[in-house]
Amino acid sequence: MKNAICTFCGNVCDDIEFDGTVGKNLCPIGEAKFAAKRRMEAPTIEGEKVSYEEAIERAAEILVNAKRPLLYGWASTVNEAIKLGVILAEKLGGIYDQCSSVCHAPSTLAMIEEGIPGGTLGQAKNRADVIVFWGCNPVEAHPRHPSRYSVMARGFLTKGRQYRHIVVVDVRKTATAYLATEFYQIKPGYDFAVFTALRSIVNGHEDAVPDEVGGLSKEKLKELADVLMDGKYGVIFYGLGLTHSRGQDRNVECIVKLVQTLNRQTRYILQPMRGHFNVVGAGAVAAWEAGYEYAIDFSRGYPRFSPSEFTAVEALLRKDCDAALIVASDPAAHFPKKAVERLAEIPVIQIDPHPNVTTLLADIVIPSAIVGIEAEGTVYRMDGIPLRVKKLRETEYWSDYQILRLMLDKVIQMKGE
Amino acid sequence: MIEVIVITGRTTDQGMTIDEKLSNDYMKAVCYCEMNERDMSVIGVNEGDRVKIKTEFGEVVLYAKKAVTKDLELPEGVVFIPMGPYANQVVGKSNGSGTPQYKGIKGYVEATQEDVKPVEELIRVVK
Repeated sequence: MKNAICTFCGNVCDDIEFDGTVGKNLCPIGEAKFAAKRRMEAPTIEGEKVSYEEAIERAAEILVNAKRPLLYGWASTVNEAIKLGVILAEKLGGIYDQCSSVCHAPSTLAMIEEGIPGGTLGQAKNRADVIVFWGCNPVEAHPRHPSRYSVMARGFLTKGRQYRHIVVVDVRKTATAYLATEFYQIKPGYDFAVFTALRSIVNGHEDAVPDEVGGLSKEKLKELADVLMDGKYGVIFYGLGLTHSRGQDRNVECIVKLVQTLNRQTRYILQPMRGHFNVVGAGAVAAWEAGYEYAIDFSRGYPRFSPSEFTAVEALLRKDCDAALIVASDPAAHFPKKAVERLAEIPVIQIDPHPNVTTLLADIVIPSAIVGIEAEGTVYRMDGIPLRVKKLRETEYWSDYQILRLMLDKVIQMKGE
Repeated sequence: MIEVIVITGRTTDQGMTIDEKLSNDYMKAVCYCEMNERDMSVIGVNEGDRVKIKTEFGEVVLYAKKAVTKDLELPEGVVFIPMGPYANQVVGKSNGSGTPQYKGIKGYVEATQEDVKPVEELIRVVK
């Protein structure tokens, strides 16, 4: 099949050719995604194989009997399944949280405060003559980003690499830094200070900038500010270097302000480098349904958003949840140790195509079809563009949607609503 | 023992093995820490030797890997661990944002003879 869609990273490349076993046009990570690998054979309860119906019935019982279940994951499934997850969290009086909460959620907080001067990857490809990668490393995390959308992309108005100035700012010289026209190495945790210095220079107040900020000399900062201001159409891509470092959401607020300042003299957009292929959907669908993107508690019957209480990590650390449904994610591999310890204490139901670290903790495991290969649906690319991912081969595995549809029906039946 | 700043992040190998987390390939992709060559010589380790990283949140044993790129290394005093269950032994709290600070954690690194645990064992200890 031509024009298949790769369901790994936020690039959501839509030019894949797949013959049922081998894919073309894939990056190394995409190739691994499409390659055959170990699957779970059947649904299990405490390691015993059972039918889908039995596993789902037992899972629904656990969730209905929990005081405040945590429903977490969602970034690697389709919007149709995510919608059921949000409704399920509401019916159960539980917490809906998604992978952003260990990733780009500080960006959401910043955008609540500041808005986002956003655009699409198409604008980066077709128009950008200055491209900045700040605290992100697409060569390793989004391997086809440079060729499809940014560095080497041949766009309508900007025809290729030689017409673009590429800036990489990071605390270490990453593989992406080798694509740069200029690499700026800053000290870990100094992003906010460097943005502030750049804003001062762009605003005409370079006299307020000290001789060195965050490892960059004033001369270097002025050089970088000039590069930014000289761009006719600039795009700043940023990554977890901002959201995972000291300052977190404040770092993102400050880069938004830098982009706003640049927009007074030229045209700039800002784009977070989102990780999983539908992590944008995991936030957007929850926002349609409940008004918030993540860390949503339904225990009072209406949605409440409080990231310092209701993100999965915080709810686990505070022991504020007593069961967990984990869908299309692996928190045991990606949460701090203390949060994983709490996850190990409570009943865990997992829905995932592949055995992972969370499987080692899970009481009920429900294997699912691989989205984009064995199951279809709608996903949002990192810039919010909706794409319909396809079913490329038949499977015996149920899709996330089928599993959650039956689980929701069972929960409604058990609660007598 | 030297003081370091711990950063974590994605790598291509971590991404390629993400759907096979119970495999040796995944373990290999996430159970090391990149260090500056000079820091390695200060604590007396070579590539492939084991090091223990300690932070206020926990400790973990990893294989040391020299972070040498073409002309610029990982800065002295900074170590990089690929995201995953090993990095998570030493990462921290969220400071109110709800998102843990996975980068920029103060820690210490020393040479050790202790074993690097397999993923299953890290989780068995938890469970």
